[in-house]
Amino acid sequence: MAFNYDKYLRTNKMPTLWCWGCGDGVILKAFIRAIDKLGWDKDDICVVSGIGCSGRFSSYVDFNTVHTTHGRTIAFATGIKLANPDKHVICVAGDGDGLAIGGNHTIHGCRRNIDMTLILINNFIYGLTNSQTSPTTPQGFWTVSQKVGNIDPTFDGCKLAEAAGASFVARELVAAPKKLEKVLVQAMEHKGFSYVEVLSNCHINLGRKNKMQSAMANLDWIDSISMSKKKWDNLPEEEKKNYLPTGILKQDTEAPEYCDMYKEVQKAQQGERGKLTQDDFAKKI
Amino acid sequence: MSATREVVSTGNDLAAMAAVDAGCRFFGGYPLTPSSEVMHTISDLLPKVGGTAIQMEDEIAGVAAAIGAGMAGVRTLTATSGPGMSLKAENLGLAQMAEVPLVVVNVMRGGPSTGLPTRVAQGDVSQAKNPSHGDYKSITLCAGNLAECYTETVRAFNLADRFMQPVIVLLDETIGHMHGKAMIPTIEEVKEGIVPRKVFEGNPEDYKPYDAPQDQPAVLNPMFTGYRYHYTGLHHDADGFPTEEIETCRKLIDRLFRKVDDHKDEIESNEEYMLDDAEVLLIGYGSASLAIKEAVNLLREDGIKAGLFRPITLWPSPEERIFELGQKFDKVLVVELNQGQYLEEVQRCMGRRDINKLTKTNGRPFSPADIIEKVKEL
Repeated sequence: MAFNYDKYLRTNKMPTLWCWGCGDGVILKAFIRAIDKLGWDKDDICVVSGIGCSGRFSSYVDFNTVHTTHGRTIAFATGIKLANPDKHVICVAGDGDGLAIGGNHTIHGCRRNIDMTLILINNFIYGLTNSQTSPTTPQGFWTVSQKVGNIDPTFDGCKLAEAAGASFVARELVAAPKKLEKVLVQAMEHKGFSYVEVLSNCHINLGRKNKMQSAMANLDWIDSISMSKKKWDNLPEEEKKNYLPTGILKQDTEAPEYCDMYKEVQKAQQGERGKLTQDDFAKKI
Repeated sequence: MSATREVVSTGNDLAAMAAVDAGCRFFGGYPLTPSSEVMHTISDLLPKVGGTAIQMEDEIAGVAAAIGAGMAGVRTLTATSGPGMSLKAENLGLAQMAEVPLVVVNVMRGGPSTGLPTRVAQGDVSQAKNPSHGDYKSITLCAGNLAECYTETVRAFNLADRFMQPVIVLLDETIGHMHGKAMIPTIEEVKEGIVPRKVFEGNPEDYKPYDAPQDQPAVLNPMFTGYRYHYTGLHHDADGFPTEEIETCRKLIDRLFRKVDDHKDEIESNEEYMLDDAEVLLIGYGSASLAIKEAVNLLREDGIKAGLFRPITLWPSPEERIFELGQKFDKVLVVELNQGQYLEEVQRCMGRRDINKLTKTNGRPFSPADIIEKVKEL
């Protein structure tokens, strides 16, 4: 029997406002199937999004949902989660939302290791607002704000998340939705901050002016710049910078989770235990 | 509220204590002089009662986390000073639009920009009327003494839940850092006075959070209770989902105004000191009013009958009362630690241009002598 997506969708909000062939729909479906696998109650889930095409993600799913200001997704989600540590909070942001205007919140969300998941949809462009350069736009690409070719260096969101302290970091492609679904299940099951970057197509506002006018051409390009971590690990060092590794890139199940640590703060303030000292933590500096 | 409990404390600490006593269970903030003690104190108090305080990575995140907790249904606070208010502004607009209750304590310092970080000013009064872009109606309370740092913060929480929007409590550096005795209500009395936000208790399928009468706020149930709905800063329909439908957009903004304008009597609060037989009307608020009261007393010893009108709710302003006073008094002097931000509101309400002003923007408080000298010149 075909999977019943309608159980999790606000069907009266369909069709989505995403363009025909957009990768966001694939991510939405993979996310829904992952939630179904986890068996979580819809009432116990909150999806928080920011601004951009990805920002509309929250309005289509039948959970508790929040559409915030540009870039502030994780900051809002932090308040929601800390007020309800036993509930499930998932953030959805784009590359502009989560890595440019909201970069600071991504860094510190990863650092705190609060038990929530960030799905960062990386389509390499500001799609909703017609093709401005994002932090992940490759150099030399046409953008509406750099028509003779983007000169801004790009950066790798997964490396940022890893360095900032996220305890689960993964990257997947919309062209591999089954793998994406599996990784989303693992990310949401993971206790701690999980960062899942999904490489997605925007053939309308990235592809059209960069010689990949169709969704397929855009997906082929994504395929050509990415490879599994296993393959990537075996590349000569000088070639690694040309490819984005996919799969689970980091998983640390030992890192203390923030809400758990805050419970210790509450106990200490209530006199049920002594103050927290460096000895309470595995890492001393 | 009655004043039956004697405490020795500071304005900032009293604001933090009041929040916890009023049922606040979340604080999101960022260090900012001269407001930081609010965060220091509440970071100790909240975990004691099972609440959460978090120092976020910046001012924007501080207010965002606080609003997030408010969306989840918790009474929530952030505290800052002018530079932080500027940064928080956009998200305060979201809280106005999505009708999320929260309390913002702004301990004013000298500005603009970094200004005078450790010195007093009342330069954020105009900003408090419209911190964010767009059309909406702010509620701003202003503490004029130590006890009010407590009682006005308590009142702010109840107003936030009543009107489902941010409520700003203005302190200033002088009052925030003032240390002394204050008579405040008991915790029991504060708890008895808590009026929690309305909730919808019917069938979740019939729930339309923003389907409110034109003079009432949205009814937003706490998250995770079986009433799944959508928050957005976009124009939205009765269900909370984005829309550009012309009449829905018009009605939404109209309601954001009317829910406040039609119930000003629930929000307005003023003090009138020695006004009955006065011949000179002084208008002032916040810490400036302490110097004004002293000046009124001393002027009366010299035979000059002065009196004070002190708005405690600055926004929406007490326009009817200010108009009446403008009809009664020839000599009016507005005293404030800015270049005349509330003076403009007094001129508007009185419909008069001949209002005198005494202003100061060098980071120092007024002394009664400053005021006495000015009144004698009138």
